Amino acid sequence: MKLDSKVPPGPLEQKWERRIRDGRLISPANKRRYEIIVAGAGLAGASAAAALSEQGYQVKAFCYHDSPRRAHSIAAQGGINAAKNYQGDGDSVWRLFYDTVKGGDFRSREANVYRLAEVSMKIIDHCVALGVPFAREYGGLLANRSFGGALVSRTFYTRGQTGQQLLLAAYSSLMKEVARGNVKLLPNHEVLDLVVIDGRARGVVARNLITGEIRRDAADAVILATGGYSNVYYLSTSGRASNATAIWRAYRRGAGFANPSFVQIHPTCIPPLGDYQSKLTLMSESLRNDGRIWVPKKPGDKRPPNEIPEEERDYYLERIYPAYGNLTPRDLASRAAKRVCDDGRGVGPNGLGVYLDFSDAIRRLGVQTIKDRYGNLFDMYREITGENAYETPMRIYPAVHYTIGGLWVDYDLMSTIPGLFVLGEANFSDHGANRLGASALMQGLADGYFILPSTIAGYLADIPHDSRPPTDAPEFAEAEEQVRNRLRKLLSIQGRRTVRDFHARLGKILWEHCGMSRNRSGLEKALQAVAALREEFWQDARVPGDEESLNQSLEDAARVADFLELGELIARDALTREESCGCHFREEYQAEGEGLRNDEKFAHVAVWEFQEDGKTPARHEEPLRYEFVKMAARNYK
Amino acid sequence: MIRRKKRGGRDAGTPLGLFRLMKVRLKVWRQEGPNKPGRFETYETPELNPNMSFLEMLDAVNEELIRQGKEPIAFAHDCREGICGTCGITINGQPHGPGKGSATCQIYMRKFRDGETITLEPFRAKAFPVIKDLIVDRSALDRIILRGGFISVRAGSAPDANTIPIPKRTADLAMEAAQCIGCGACAAACPNASAMLFVGAKASHLGLLPQGQPERFSRAAAMAEQMEEEGFGACRAYGACEEACPKEIKLEVISRLNRDFTLALLKGEL
Repeated sequence: MKLDSKVPPGPLEQKWERRIRDGRLISPANKRRYEIIVAGAGLAGASAAAALSEQGYQVKAFCYHDSPRRAHSIAAQGGINAAKNYQGDGDSVWRLFYDTVKGGDFRSREANVYRLAEVSMKIIDHCVALGVPFAREYGGLLANRSFGGALVSRTFYTRGQTGQQLLLAAYSSLMKEVARGNVKLLPNHEVLDLVVIDGRARGVVARNLITGEIRRDAADAVILATGGYSNVYYLSTSGRASNATAIWRAYRRGAGFANPSFVQIHPTCIPPLGDYQSKLTLMSESLRNDGRIWVPKKPGDKRPPNEIPEEERDYYLERIYPAYGNLTPRDLASRAAKRVCDDGRGVGPNGLGVYLDFSDAIRRLGVQTIKDRYGNLFDMYREITGENAYETPMRIYPAVHYTIGGLWVDYDLMSTIPGLFVLGEANFSDHGANRLGASALMQGLADGYFILPSTIAGYLADIPHDSRPPTDAPEFAEAEEQVRNRLRKLLSIQGRRTVRDFHARLGKILWEHCGMSRNRSGLEKALQAVAALREEFWQDARVPGDEESLNQSLEDAARVADFLELGELIARDALTREESCGCHFREEYQAEGEGLRNDEKFAHVAVWEFQEDGKTPARHEEPLRYEFVKMAARNYK
Repeated sequence: MIRRKKRGGRDAGTPLGLFRLMKVRLKVWRQEGPNKPGRFETYETPELNPNMSFLEMLDAVNEELIRQGKEPIAFAHDCREGICGTCGITINGQPHGPGKGSATCQIYMRKFRDGETITLEPFRAKAFPVIKDLIVDRSALDRIILRGGFISVRAGSAPDANTIPIPKRTADLAMEAAQCIGCGACAAACPNASAMLFVGAKASHLGLLPQGQPERFSRAAAMAEQMEEEGFGACRAYGACEEACPKEIKLEVISRLNRDFTLALLKGEL
């Protein structure tokens, strides 16, 4: 597997400009003749489909929801970063770039991150033009707040519903292009395989989730913007349907999978309440602007929070990381929470929780200000837990939230399969080993609106626009046959256990051994346990119904079957990365409670290449060279 | 300060960890497909923790059905935090069930009594044909958006975001309207199955902002026209939509839509 990052030469500030300047162009008359498939309609997919269509390409947009407006980007709460420096607090492209590289614990590609910081400003401009009702100051200009890992206020937001407003804007720009007749929209369609012909991505096989019909679609390029795979852990903050199938099938067809074990565990989620739980709910990181995190100093202190005097509380983030305090990056904040709970100082019924306390902020600013800033989050908390966070501190605990790993892409966002581009959370690109808050929305929209539409011409210009294969090519037939066989096989098991039962067990294995803290023996156990569970699944799962109509159990089963393969790769990746970096904390590699990187051996992206079932995948490396910043130990103290 | 509930806890003030298990009986609309006849079927739930969400209760019932070799109840859902707009069940005659400002996924079992019979139906409206059981086809809402629920601007062509100051109040009002999650509860609640709250919310969101002015009147007119074509009824200001809206969008958005629609007629933009 060849891993050429294709980063343009030259000074950091000129690389992107240079790529655009040297990029190929396609005439408007010829653009119409290219057809591009976009799978996924979240921030990255919808924005890419819209922007490609605006440029004149023919686009087919697939999404498994009944409408593109439902993609899980919609649930992002806190905000989107941009280096506008509207606050005049010392922000710049360089600072956003540096914060992101440092936040990612020096495991990302410098050139990609710098470009992201550059493009961030255009995103805000475009979103305002599309009608995103960002929060404003009384003078009518845009307001900002702070997020973890930054000492400046560069986060733009619409209350606690920034993802919603950005997604609806991307959806609206997509619908504008659908209305123009340039995008063909295929809602209720799930992409179940990628078709590769002569080494190039040439189409997809998809299933109509309402009728069960399987269809083949050919294209000149295929874009996967199908989101992350947090649901491999069963409990996560993702939507229930979020899945890895499209990227996993692409991996099996030859796309490299980068850093699969880099999984972001978000520090502020509502703690799990019981076995019946179907998902976890995030409480936006923005709450850490005003909320203070603490636990009792004494282990086993069961007094209600309001009865614990100030001097008996441990505001542990402020204590350990005085410079960043409650706005310490997510990986460190999550691990610190785990540590205090492991010490027996956790709060709540099962001791898995820490307090997020607003009483100081309410005293300082008044209830109304807090209500204005976070009202919907406090309401949500009350609905779920039955508790009033204006009076008693919230209880929070880390939960799986975002997958930083994903399909490997080069600077042009192309995977190791020519013609297959991967955007947003589905790729591995810009967040290194830890993503900063409010950067996922930024990356999704940067990839979709601005980067891919500029880089894709470089690929398309090399292939003739009339070379789309017919959908009766043998490769299409083979892919469809595989899809059908797999669905039939799932239905034919007729075992005793439900798919959900397997999914929950897979999640437990990964959370225990491949979650916030990992070690060799645990990971080795996980490898075996996941393989054994997968075996059992194919013997004993029960999937009711048939494949020729709407069958939610079958949809679930196919996704969980892929998770059962991916889970093993995650553990394998975590096992082979013998260092701690960002979200990946190996207990063997630490000093004074902080992870220890090994830059000599592991300053690289680990990229996995599928071999065949039953064979260990091959591990490749893309070295990370830092030309413009110095790799250093992260310091938030 | 802490009360132990005698029955499945009903109020939101019951602290976690203090509860009694509960059971309910479900009367569920089952319909195999779009043109098949439907009927109510009754199911007893397993024992439930009152802190379960309504959809988690349905998950538990479905797990049981699958184990018994029966067809699980089809219902739409995804984010389970009230923002994606995928879920939507009419619970005891109310779209999204009891509780103001909540989508179906935000309803918790503590809202119900132990032993209660709960009726579950799909969102009913002529423009929302049933696909299966509790799932309806809401593509009509997308087709309304297609008629102009956007601002026509190309990626990369926008001026600096702070070029046009927008009064905070205007931005806040636009945000109130922009919160619509497109679930369709407004139409399901309306005796006329009108989608005016949905259309009004989009027309208000974009029509209030300076960026939305160039297409304001044609947008309002075209979306209202499409609403009618889809088979949604006319607005008679019953206000049931506002009551049912999980985002508590106000009837004002309909007044704004009506005003813009009339102005569109006067300006000849229809």
